[in-house]
Amino acid sequence: MAEHYDVVIVGAGPAGLAATEAALANGARVACLDAHANLGGQVWRKDSAHGWPRRARRIINTLLAHPAMTWLPQTQVIAADAGELLLQDEKHALHISHNALIIATGARELLLPFPGWTLPGVTGAAGLQALSKQGWPLTGRRVAIAGSGPLLLAAAVTARRHGARVLGIYEQASEAAVRDFARTLWRWPGKAWQAAMLRSQLADIPYRCGSVVTRAKGDGALQSIDIDGPHGTQRLECDQLAVGYGLVPNVELAQMLGCALRQEGAHPCVNVDALQRTDKSGVYAAGEACGIGGRECAWFEGRIAGLAATGASVGATLLKQQQHARAFAATLHQHFKLDPYVHNLAMPDTLICRCEDVPLRALDGYDDARSAKLATRCGMGACQGRICGTALAELGRFARSGQRPPLFPARLSTLGEISSLSDTEGFVS
Amino acid sequence: MSALSLRIQIDGETISVPAGISVAAAIARLPRAFRRSVSGQARAPFCGMGICFECRVRIDGVAQQRACMVPVRDGMQVATDG
Ligand code: FES
Repeated sequence: MAEHYDVVIVGAGPAGLAATEAALANGARVACLDAHANLGGQVWRKDSAHGWPRRARRIINTLLAHPAMTWLPQTQVIAADAGELLLQDEKHALHISHNALIIATGARELLLPFPGWTLPGVTGAAGLQALSKQGWPLTGRRVAIAGSGPLLLAAAVTARRHGARVLGIYEQASEAAVRDFARTLWRWPGKAWQAAMLRSQLADIPYRCGSVVTRAKGDGALQSIDIDGPHGTQRLECDQLAVGYGLVPNVELAQMLGCALRQEGAHPCVNVDALQRTDKSGVYAAGEACGIGGRECAWFEGRIAGLAATGASVGATLLKQQQHARAFAATLHQHFKLDPYVHNLAMPDTLICRCEDVPLRALDGYDDARSAKLATRCGMGACQGRICGTALAELGRFARSGQRPPLFPARLSTLGEISSLSDTEGFVS
Repeated sequence: MSALSLRIQIDGETISVPAGISVAAAIARLPRAFRRSVSGQARAPFCGMGICFECRVRIDGVAQQRACMVPVRDGMQVATDG
């Protein structure tokens, strides 16, 4: 029998935690689930050596102690239907039902193909941050950090805290763009302070603008990278390259539920109104899933969603805070806009689909994801096109195809449960 | 650093690791690839957050587990196909 909750929240990052806190405060019975073992999401990921950031720890401990809160770790949504979810944890499949569902699935990193990007030793920038916090051995390792956005600074701080020798940070945006961005920061005092803190911790590390990693080389593992910058090409020997070009909303759950999406650049995000309502009754979305807005924005939106989902009124101040935070994200996008140059790094023989080893060359002549997939297996592997499909959309080749269950590769025993959801319509085709 | 230390087996080799780290971080302590791609290339964790599936290994007999998503447990048996 499906366990029933007033509110189910998918994702335990800032948006999910804020939603949980608000819903609990209104007397709701809440289940919060996340694919990870700990609450916190990506920005508040628990560090195996240093624990959670202070603010996150306080929030998380309070929520976990609340009697009306059920925390479902290492749990993923496999299939969904109106009012009901099929979940899978480490061992079991389980059904839960709800009055309101809040999608707080966050974002993943935008990872773009270039020659050598499949070599062991190459990771995302947020990826290396996540791995460091998991206890990835970095002591004495030579690390280069590249891509775009303020996240590169945070990745450098984390890597260094874990003993890495950070050789340099290579930002694709021009120096003028980064300087302009810094000048707008006075409107967000908290952000300005954060940026200054990060920079001061990294004062001795080269920060090079207008610089792009064009190639990674190594025999079985990374040994060196080529960096194209304003003064020509440079070769740098390193053990680890962390390269990420920003973030992309995780919309797969919303998409499977049939929620309306909208495009933000090349990538879809969930369309919501001022109260974080999607166009599906009882389904809310908050935070990065609704467009990349950053941690503060995610927190405000989670809070709005948690209040709205439990029928509480949402104050004007909170709505204003949310809008101000969204405006910051817009400034960020504008200044760290990707140079078209980074869209053209892959060579004809560069693998685009890392699951099925499909090179770029094989995709020539296809203009939609579905036919490319049928002909080349591109996007057919375990990641279900999350990496290659997102990259191809960013490169302007074609949009990612829609999401059908299972949302993640599921165990056979779990798949058997799909038909027992009350209404399977929409799952078959 | 976490003082608590666990013992796990990776491809038959027993190692001691701190509690709280991921299986991916444990495997990275040994010089080995996580898996071979369909065309035989060595691969290792890429996204670090459960998206790319490059880190998949067998854990306690269950195949296709993402090593970056699973914390180590005492006595765990991990098999890579690298
Ligand atoms: S490293 Fe990408 S799923 Fe584990």
